[in-house]
Amino acid sequence: MTLTSKTAAELQALLQKGEVTVKEVMEETLQTIEQTDKKIHAFIHVATDEAKARAEQLDQTTADTRGRLFGVPIGIKDNIVTLDMTTTCASKMLEDFVPVYNATVMNKLEAAGAVNVGKLNMDEFAMGSTTETSYFGNTLNPWNTDYVPGGSSGGSAAAVAAGEVPLSLGSDTGGSVRQPAAFCGIVGMKPTYGRVSRFGLTAFASSLDQIGTFSRTVEDNALLLSVIAGEDDNDSSSSAKQVPDYTQALTGDVKGLKVAVPTSYLGEGVDEEVAAAVKEALGVLESLGAVCEEVELPHIQYAPTTYYVISSSEAQSNLSRFDGLRYGFHTENAENLEQAYFRTRQEGFGEEVKKRILFGTYAMSADHHEDLYVRAQKVRTLIAQDFNEVFEKYDVVIGPTTATTAFKLGETGGDQLVHYANDVLAVPANLTGRPALSVPCGFVNELPVGLQIMGKHFDEETLYKVAHAYEQATDFHKRTPSIQGGN
Amino acid sequence: MTTFSKDDVKYFADFVRIGVSEEDKEIFSAKIADLIESVSNLKEVDVTNVEPMTHPIAMINVLREDQPKDILDREIMLASAEDQEDGSIKVPDIL
Repeated sequence: MTLTSKTAAELQALLQKGEVTVKEVMEETLQTIEQTDKKIHAFIHVATDEAKARAEQLDQTTADTRGRLFGVPIGIKDNIVTLDMTTTCASKMLEDFVPVYNATVMNKLEAAGAVNVGKLNMDEFAMGSTTETSYFGNTLNPWNTDYVPGGSSGGSAAAVAAGEVPLSLGSDTGGSVRQPAAFCGIVGMKPTYGRVSRFGLTAFASSLDQIGTFSRTVEDNALLLSVIAGEDDNDSSSSAKQVPDYTQALTGDVKGLKVAVPTSYLGEGVDEEVAAAVKEALGVLESLGAVCEEVELPHIQYAPTTYYVISSSEAQSNLSRFDGLRYGFHTENAENLEQAYFRTRQEGFGEEVKKRILFGTYAMSADHHEDLYVRAQKVRTLIAQDFNEVFEKYDVVIGPTTATTAFKLGETGGDQLVHYANDVLAVPANLTGRPALSVPCGFVNELPVGLQIMGKHFDEETLYKVAHAYEQATDFHKRTPSIQGGN
Repeated sequence: MTTFSKDDVKYFADFVRIGVSEEDKEIFSAKIADLIESVSNLKEVDVTNVEPMTHPIAMINVLREDQPKDILDREIMLASAEDQEDGSIKVPDIL
């Protein structure tokens, strides 16, 4: 068994005991990335020299100073700023941008001993669900390279699924961690809003954004979130709630767990075979002692459009910072300041990003603000109330993570509206600020299917407990992709 | 059918200072019209007496002492800028 096929927990056991060195892990990891990334293009930047230097440094440390992720390779979505390492947001606008500080999650990972091996591909500024809007070209799905890995954190999901790294970070504004996790057959967690500091995460939609975690097993995911979660002086929206050790929640005991299954989650628009895989998963949970009941969410069909309005409105404000003057891309074709702004943005932003900024500007304009933006915020309240009622009686809400398996490359052209059926499943966790994770629950035509488990605010422990119990009762997580296409 | 004209594209692009070509106007007028059409379903919802939700987790008055900290060196921050002079970011002519 190769080192790169091991989980972070397995690597930890070997590294802490000194049975392998960080240098050995890193050499094999970098070699795997070199071979594999030619086929899937998950990385925008591989930090070869930095990772090697860090490995040597870590190997010099004494056992009592080693953190929980000592020597574990991790990949970072390229919208999380990394000191002295390019952070492009997969945009021409930031092609050569080298941040002068670290995101809080990067400092936490470093303190825990993790090794950042590079920056991962994504949809430009996290706007998309296929990784096809990346300025640097798309990433391919390791299960079948004719398909997309999902998005926007497509590189983060593909790198973990393909065995390039055991762990990665992504961000989830409207499903951007869970959907690619489902499409790539791995575990992806969007924690509660405020659970993880967003200091250093390039803002897309500030009332929705959250950093999330990717891994091949539930245990690894729980370990990674335990390391990066917590309050941060630099992010006033981060929660002061104590961070539990999530790995302690993996008891396997789901007896009496109350599971709500929204009828709409298995209805119209959801692929029949995907629905069948999810129903089978519910059967597994029932056999472990969980009690599943159907519930109604009266406003759920409005979730995607509510999300489009709110996320675009917030994005148009957040992206106004890219002016080409303080950092990032700068047009060569400006004679005055006004032209510099117009041309820098015209040349620096891609089409999807411009579209969302323009739509957000329309929604926030005096004529439409009340009837579109404020109305969407009110519908958001109604959607949140629907979920609040369900969670008064139930511990978790379960359904598919996505309505279908991965799309073929170019099939959707990255068009937002095509993804409506998927967005019904993806965006409620962001609109309501609730935690949700995706765990592999089957295959349709050799492409993975994800089971989505949504929970109470700050109750990531229950999500990990349920996902772990399910994972241990099945063997979908043991399958690995062959990285081939042309079918 | 919702319309969003090429003039509309220019009107909103000017607000956010994004340059648009004739081709851009064509593309965005069609795409944004589709989006506006799509989100029109929000008009069906009865939102009488419903408060808007601005933030997913209720948090009140997150405050701290306003004390300056030694965070980043001016030179380091200026290094990212396209052009600089005397410790400030230099911009193209305003007029």
